[in-house]
Parts: sequence; structure tokens; C-alpha cells
Amino acid sequence: MESIYLTIVLAPLIASIIAGLGARIVGRSGAHTVTILGVAISFVLSAYVLEKMLFEGMAPENVSVYTWLVSDGVKLEVGFLIDRLSAMMMTVVTFVSLMVHIYTVGYMHEDPGYQRFFSYISLFTFSMLMLVMANNFMQLFFGWEAVGLVSYLLIGFWYTRPTAIAANLKAFIVNRVGDFGFVLGIAAVLYYTGSLDYATVFAQTDRFAGAQIHLGGTVAWSAITFTCIALFVGAMGKSAQVPLHVWLPDSMEGPTPISALIHAATMVTAGIFMVARMSPLFELSETALSTVLIIGATTALFMGLLGIVDNDIKRVIAYSTLSQLGYMTVALGVSAYSAAIFHLMTHAFFKALLFLAAGSVIEAMHHEQDMRVMGGLKKYMPITYWTCLIGALALIGFPGTSGFFSKDALIDAVHGSTRFGAGYAYFCVVIGVFVTALYTFRMFFMTFEGEGRMDHHTREHLHESPWTIWLPLVLLAIPSAIAGWLTVKPMLFGDFFGSSIQVLPAHDVLGPIGEEFGGQVSFIGHAFASPPLYLAAAGVIAAFFFFLKKPELADAAQRRFGWLHRILVEKYGFDWFNEHVIAAGARWLGGGLWHYGDEVVIDGIAVNGSARLVAWFGSVIRFAQSGYLYHYAFAMILGLASLLLWLLWRT
Amino acid sequence: MIGLTEVLTLSGILFAIAVAGVFLNRKNIIILLMCIELMLLAVNFNFVAFSRFLGDINGQVFVFFILGVAAAEAAIGLAILVVLFRERRSINVEDLDSLQG
Repeated sequence: MESIYLTIVLAPLIASIIAGLGARIVGRSGAHTVTILGVAISFVLSAYVLEKMLFEGMAPENVSVYTWLVSDGVKLEVGFLIDRLSAMMMTVVTFVSLMVHIYTVGYMHEDPGYQRFFSYISLFTFSMLMLVMANNFMQLFFGWEAVGLVSYLLIGFWYTRPTAIAANLKAFIVNRVGDFGFVLGIAAVLYYTGSLDYATVFAQTDRFAGAQIHLGGTVAWSAITFTCIALFVGAMGKSAQVPLHVWLPDSMEGPTPISALIHAATMVTAGIFMVARMSPLFELSETALSTVLIIGATTALFMGLLGIVDNDIKRVIAYSTLSQLGYMTVALGVSAYSAAIFHLMTHAFFKALLFLAAGSVIEAMHHEQDMRVMGGLKKYMPITYWTCLIGALALIGFPGTSGFFSKDALIDAVHGSTRFGAGYAYFCVVIGVFVTALYTFRMFFMTFEGEGRMDHHTREHLHESPWTIWLPLVLLAIPSAIAGWLTVKPMLFGDFFGSSIQVLPAHDVLGPIGEEFGGQVSFIGHAFASPPLYLAAAGVIAAFFFFLKKPELADAAQRRFGWLHRILVEKYGFDWFNEHVIAAGARWLGGGLWHYGDEVVIDGIAVNGSARLVAWFGSVIRFAQSGYLYHYAFAMILGLASLLLWLLWRT
Repeated sequence: MIGLTEVLTLSGILFAIAVAGVFLNRKNIIILLMCIELMLLAVNFNFVAFSRFLGDINGQVFVFFILGVAAAEAAIGLAILVVLFRERRSINVEDLDSLQG
């Protein structure tokens, strides 16, 4: 099995190297053939591993492939922990990646950076697989940084655009803030357990739970709370939680396939995956879980609201991604890790679908992303229309779709939780359902329904996208529609994840839901008796009236609530705050250090000052240098005589 | 009877004369060299005196070493002096101040 795992990881890497370094030799068709082949191999083998796990009862495997170095008993190694959690993640990642690879053939066919693009996305697949398959913190961190790097490269893929360069820099810097916390968390784990290996660390949770960090005096922190919050700060950066979310909307500067793969389906969920993987640690700290819960709830509601006012089709979906990531984080916060992973999986399918559909629209509209000049695309692009509709229904949780099962179970779990902040979180996620439906169908109606608002020239060239673009849409629409139905029972209430996710009995919120669970049909029936479904319907109806039937209503509301609209357009001022307080503060500090620290102290006092001191001393001393031998001899004799006298006087 | 004290006094006087010669002489660098020779002689005098009064022959062996070194030093000193004179057309000590800071 070890060679299978290695092949899964290395196939995309080798493909990436061939497509990247051998770009001239293999050419455009060679680049996409080799990378699609590499990812296809990974996908097939991942699916094979998952199948063996699920149906042939293969036990979780923890294999160490290569020991990089051993220092003071701490091993840094490359290894794979293959259990049901990672097998599922591997399959989802490689599947979405494969779809995006195929889609890219059609989407990027005119781009001069064609081979480079394929090289990057294959490299991303490799990094993400390293991240999810890791059996130790070191490799997790490697994958974590590698996906960040590829994300940086791909946001700035069109590197001649100043906005793209600003966006990739922003993504990189904001992620560094998160990574700082993440590294601190890993360091704390190493400090308290003496190991970076998951299995060893999780075996020592008892000792870890009692440890305290003394801050001098009587102030002491629980070590586990500190560690978990530090790790979660890393997750906040990667999974774009408030207040480190600011990079994700801007990352839409990258090509659309990337927005689908990296900034919606896989990389941004790395934080969710990581917290679920660390569930044995997070379970020990109520405080950390409450923090997770509150931050997730805030993200879920308030980022969703921003989607209502934006007019860029990709940005609307990006805000939706933020909001859905918030939902997953809320699930983590109430200890419903499997609900979070379940939502992660369904979200990967339908959000990748929505992004790719948006890309198809953008391609047809000659790279126009403003929804105000779209409309009426239904009759020109039927396949995109129907697949996008499936994605949108899954996103709002239409009964029976994959999003319905994951989101409804998640909301139920929050409802059943007694953790501090659960009430607030329940409020946020329930209102969030209405908001989700509103912005999703606003986007949908503005794009596909109503009258076309594009100019004459664009309208003449509207057409359905080629098969390389619509085939991935169809292939993603299938799991978006049915994956939830098929997997809700084992994943949420069965023993799907086995020992890879650990929940203390007292925290188990999914258990009571599972006891009432009587099959998919009754779950749908149950939903008709709870508010989220009606809120979603209300959202769709509101979107229908405001943005399709009577657009003047929306304008009137915008005038009536101008201040609210302004807050939303300004994105709550996070960008303003970062620009004018944090960035300006850093520049001010840097300027101060440069002027006073560097110019005055180091240059002025230390370097030039010591030179001036020596020069002054020399100018004084030179008067003694007469150049006459007899003066020197006299000084020598005088010195000798005084030395002798001193010796004599001493005895 | 001539004792150790008298010999040491004589050697001290010789040394003092030599030192005074180094300081007071402003004209001639040859006199400087001669004064240095005189200092070495004063030292030799000490060696011989202690050798004689302590009954240790090593002191007199040292004197021979010093005489040899002094001869070599005088030869080199005079050679430098000749070169210096060719260069400067003067052996006046007061003119030789190129080391001045």
C-alpha cells in the first residue's frame, strides 16, 4: 500500500515538473495531457484506497516513508496517515482537481501562460495531498505553506495586472499572520509532548490537558487552550475567518479555475480539515471551542451579507465561500467535526460547480464579470444554466440536494449545543440561511434570467461553452445533487470516521440527532417543520421580487437604507482599518525605526560616531609625535624609570 | 679594596652619561650610536661585576654575546647612516623628523 500512497502524491508532482520545466518541449497539448494524466492517476488510486477503507474494512494505516532528520529525539519525517478522514479528503481533492484540469483546457486555451498554469495546479494538487495525508505536524506545515505558495503564484498568475499583484501580496501577508499563530501552536505541541507525530501527540492528551503556562505571578493559562487557539489562528488565516478573511475576496483576481479549486473547494478548507484532525486536542478545551464557534458564526452571517451588495459575479461567490466556511467553523465549534467535514465535502462539489459555471459565463461574456450587464443568459447557455441551478439549490439547502443534508444537520447540531456562544451561533447560522438564499438567487437571477443588459456586440457572440468546460460542470453537478443523500447516514451518524475524529461523550451533539434520524426521507420531512427551510424559501422569493420582478424595489431599499448599504459596500471597514491602522502603523513604525534606529543610532552613533571618536583621539595624540628620536628615547627612559621606581616603592 | 658597590656606581655613571648623550645631542647621529654603545658597555660592566662577585662564569659568557651583537649593531647602524647621508646630505638629528604625526 505504501507504494500506492507514494504514487498518489508523486504523480501530480512529476506531472507538474514536466509541464513546468519542460514547457517548451512538451508544448501545450503535452502539458495538459501529462498533468491530467497525473491527477487522474491520483484520483483513481485515492478512490481505490477509499473503496478499500469503506467496503473491505481496511484498517487505518500510519506509515513512515522517510526520516528526514532526528534532533534531540524529535523526528522530522515524511509519513502518511491514511484513515477514512484523509482517504475521503484525498478523493474529494483529486476529483475536484481533475475536473478543474479538464475545465482549464477550455478556459485557458488562449492564454500564453498555458503550461505554467497546468504546472501550478498540479503542484497545488501535490501540496494539498501532502497536507491531508500527513501523519505529523511538520509535513502538515509543509503542505500548508506549499498550498499557500501556489495560491500566491496563481492569484498573481496574470502578473502584468497591478490589481492581481496587490491581491496576491495581500493573500500572502494575511496568511503569514495566520501562520505565525500556527507555528506557535505547533511549537507548543512540540514543547508539551516532545513529538510532532500525530499518534504520539494524541496519546499524551491526558498529560497535555493538565499542563499550564505560567505568565509570572498568579496568572496561568491552560496550555491546551493556548495551543488550540494558536492552531486555530492558523486555520483562520487559511480558511479566511474574520478578521483574517480580507484576502479571499481579493483572490478572485486569479483565473476562475483557481477560484474554484483553491479558493473555494480545497485549499481554504485546509483549516477546517486541520481542526477536525486535531479534534483530540480541541476537545480538551471548552474555551478554544467557544472561540472557534463565535468566530465561525460571525463569519457565517456577516460575510454572507456582503454578497448581497457586490456586483462582481465571482466576488459574490467568494463571499458565499466565506460564509460557508463560517458554517463549517461553527460546526467545529460545537464539536460536530463530522458535520463540518461533511459540509466541507458537499461544499467542495457545489462551490466548485458554481465557480466553474461563473467562469463559463465570464468566458461567454468576453471576460466581463459585472452582473449588471448580464441577464437572460438562460437561452444562450442551457447547460451552464441548469448545472448552475443545481449548484445554487445545493448551496441554499434545497431539500434532497447535498447542501441540504450537510447544512441542516449542521444547524441542528448548533441548536443542540450548550456551549458558550451557541445561542449567538444558532442565530447567525439560521439568519445566514436566508442571506445565503438571497444572494445566491440574486446572482442567479441577475445572470441568467430577465432581459439581457449586455451590449449588442457581446450578445451576438453569446454561445454555450465547449465540451471541455461543460463536461466538468455536469460531472460536478452529479455529486452536488446526490452526494448528500448517499453519504449523510454513515458520515454523520454512522461510524464513518472511526477513530480519526474524537468527540467526548459530553460534547456529542450529533448523537441525539442520529437517534431521531430515520432515513433520508424522514430527515427531509423533519426539515419542513423547522425554520431554515422556510427562511431559504423566503430568501429565494425576496431575491425574485427585488432583483427580477421589481428591480426598482431594490433601488428604493438601497436609498432608504443608504447607511447600511454603505457599511456593506465598505465591507465593514476591514480593508480601511488594515490599510490605515495596521499597514500605516507598520509603515510609521518602520519609518521611525529607520530614521531613529538606523540613521541616528546605528549610522550616527555606532558607525560614524566611533570613527569620529578615533579621529578626535588621534588628533589629540598626534602632538606627542614630534618625530625626533630623542623625544621617543626620553619617553622610554622616563617610563622605564617610573616603572622601576614603582617596583622599588612597592617592596 | 674595590667592592661591588663601587663597580656598580661606575656602571651607573657610564649609563647616565650615555642617556644624557642621547638627549642632549642635537647635532650628530654618530654620537647617538656611540652613546648606545656606551650603554651596552655599562650593562657589560654590571655582568662582569656580578660574575666576579657571585662566582658565576655565565655572566662573562653573556658579555661575549653582547659584544658580538653590539658589533653587528654598530655595523648595521653605520651602514644605515651612510645610506641616510646619501639620501639627505645631512646627519643632523634635528633634521630627521619625518615620523612627525
